[in-house]
Amino acid sequence: MKIHEYQAKELFRNAGVAVPKGIAAFSVKEAVDAASALHQEGIESYVVKAQIHAGGRGKGGGVKLAKTRADVETLAKQILGMTLITHQTGPEGKLVKRLYIEEANPPKKEMYLSLILDRDRSCISLLASAEGGMEIEELAVNEPEKILTLPIDPTTGWQAFHSRKLAGFLGLSLDPKSPGKLFGQIHNFMEKLYAFFIAKDCSILEINPLAIVGEGESQRLVALDGKINFDDNALKRHPDVAQLQDPDEEDAAELEAAKFDLNFISLYGNIGCMVNGAGLAMATMDIIKHYGGDPANFLDVGGGATADKVREAFKIITKDKKVKAIFVNIFGGIMKCDTIAEGVIAATKEVGLKVPLIVRLEGTNVDKGREMLEKSGLQIISAKSMADGAQKAVQAMKEGL
Amino acid sequence: MAVLLNKDSRIICQGITGKTGLFHAVGCHAYGKEINGAGVVGGVTPGRGGQVVEGFPVWNSVSEAVAKEGANVSMIFVPPFGAADAILEAIDAGVELVVCITEGIPVLDMLAVKEFLAKTNVRRKSEGKAIVRLIGPNCPGIITPGQAKVGIMPGYIHKVGTVGIVSRSGTLTYEAVHQTSTLGMGQSTCIGIGGDPVKGMEFIDALELFNGDAQTESVIMIGEIGGTAEEEAAAWIKKNMKKPVVGFIAGITAPPGRRMGHAGAIISGGSGTAESKMKAMEAAGIAVSPTPAEMGITLQKRLKG
Repeated sequence: MKIHEYQAKELFRNAGVAVPKGIAAFSVKEAVDAASALHQEGIESYVVKAQIHAGGRGKGGGVKLAKTRADVETLAKQILGMTLITHQTGPEGKLVKRLYIEEANPPKKEMYLSLILDRDRSCISLLASAEGGMEIEELAVNEPEKILTLPIDPTTGWQAFHSRKLAGFLGLSLDPKSPGKLFGQIHNFMEKLYAFFIAKDCSILEINPLAIVGEGESQRLVALDGKINFDDNALKRHPDVAQLQDPDEEDAAELEAAKFDLNFISLYGNIGCMVNGAGLAMATMDIIKHYGGDPANFLDVGGGATADKVREAFKIITKDKKVKAIFVNIFGGIMKCDTIAEGVIAATKEVGLKVPLIVRLEGTNVDKGREMLEKSGLQIISAKSMADGAQKAVQAMKEGL
Repeated sequence: MAVLLNKDSRIICQGITGKTGLFHAVGCHAYGKEINGAGVVGGVTPGRGGQVVEGFPVWNSVSEAVAKEGANVSMIFVPPFGAADAILEAIDAGVELVVCITEGIPVLDMLAVKEFLAKTNVRRKSEGKAIVRLIGPNCPGIITPGQAKVGIMPGYIHKVGTVGIVSRSGTLTYEAVHQTSTLGMGQSTCIGIGGDPVKGMEFIDALELFNGDAQTESVIMIGEIGGTAEEEAAAWIKKNMKKPVVGFIAGITAPPGRRMGHAGAIISGGSGTAESKMKAMEAAGIAVSPTPAEMGITLQKRLKG
């Protein structure tokens, strides 16, 4: 699960990780109030930041500097309600409904820092670069020597020697008498950040840029941006995190599917798929593509689905107006083919069947399932194998009912 | 021969008093008994020791099951937040094959499990003991057709034979099984290593075992997007594998950044793509099946040369 920048910074602040002062705003009035509240704390200039779950907001015009509170009002009017298009939103962009009003901090130096769940090494690893504000993926391809990768042993956790390695790589002085004592700051920052990562079951935590602001003794290390991905498997033990989910950022069909505990992802094609098992669901999309079609969705109904769950899954697929054919591909193990048939028949009775339906059943209770579908009187194109089903689905999509 | 699991295995089920655990304990037991193979000797649910469910004795701890019944295989059906603890208990008790079916275990919990497993195995090696193998979590389990079944796969589609199957996906394993059974090749052992990013056995561990197994004459390896385990396995195969291998990778159409059902099936930062895995496989001399429907035929063609 992803959250907004302002939510990430609130969590960081509570965990003792240094962030600039800022207040979230859902309307122009709230934005002006936020600027006034910050002004009370001695802040003279502000940044107005669009809150959407996508990178590249600055380039897309969603992050602007405001010199006065009047500027904040003008910019809030401009940004709130705009459709922000960045390289991560897709061409349709995203509607901005939330703002973050933050103290402006002209950075003296920008760096990159992230903690990731490193599946290849089975530990948490730190990635860092002295060059902030860049896409880390691009840097990794073009100039990998500019990235420090530091796997952290789970037994020791974050230690001072890790901080020394990091500070050395970033070019920060280890001298305790250096102006601003930046080494002490980064060690404290990292200790808190690592502890936070574990405490909240994060999977990716990215700070880009991490900045040094101010001069001389008043130099400060702060996170100017913050992105967090949480481990979905652990959300149930963090209700405080789970409630930060913004439904506006999620696909409506995917939210609906999640209610019924279905693994569903919307795609751009026009052949709807219903499959049991994540691997088979992906492979079904692939085989549709192989035969010249495009899948409209990924859908894994799971191993132990009931007829009710199958019915709901089928309804979600038929609701999608792009769908011109539906391919049901089942290899019954624990999932019984007659359960699938029961769910499909119930769903079509409820919502009708306006596009060709291709069904391939194999495995547990296959004969019973096939018989139920035959007797149902539904116009079903049955397939004898996965390849046969995929080809028939592509053909039916072109020809219609 | 086959690998890891055979008719002499002493199988228990952790979480046997739960609905799912009991259902599958009964299923595995029935499979084993029908073929004169290994059945399930009992189960563990802390606090329910001394009870009997569906004829299975229940113990309070895995150690007790090891002491009383010589348990050496454990199948785990404990809910996600308690599953890592159940795995740790089984490793600690010295069960040699731990198979965790549970889906949805937090990844950080698995980091601790991996570390404990590695340390335990260093110690066991120094004591001259066999190492503990963990399969899963989030997997269908393992089956040696004709000898024993530990997991949720439908037993009847399997056939005793010569193909070793290792896979990150449950239902795709069933496809490969079905295809090799239909073509008359059958399977030696099928290992579902699971769809999580941090797990026990990886492809290479299974390939090493198949390489040294007399019954296994060829291998089907089924991967999917996410991580680099397939690339590593391909490099290992090129260097070490003595038997023909057919590969398949699911997810060529998967959009980047999305978790495709399995926690581990995600393309992130441009790495973990199906293209990269297929390329690595082809470079290692693995015959890559163009679609999931052709794994069996691709293997048959490969064997005929």
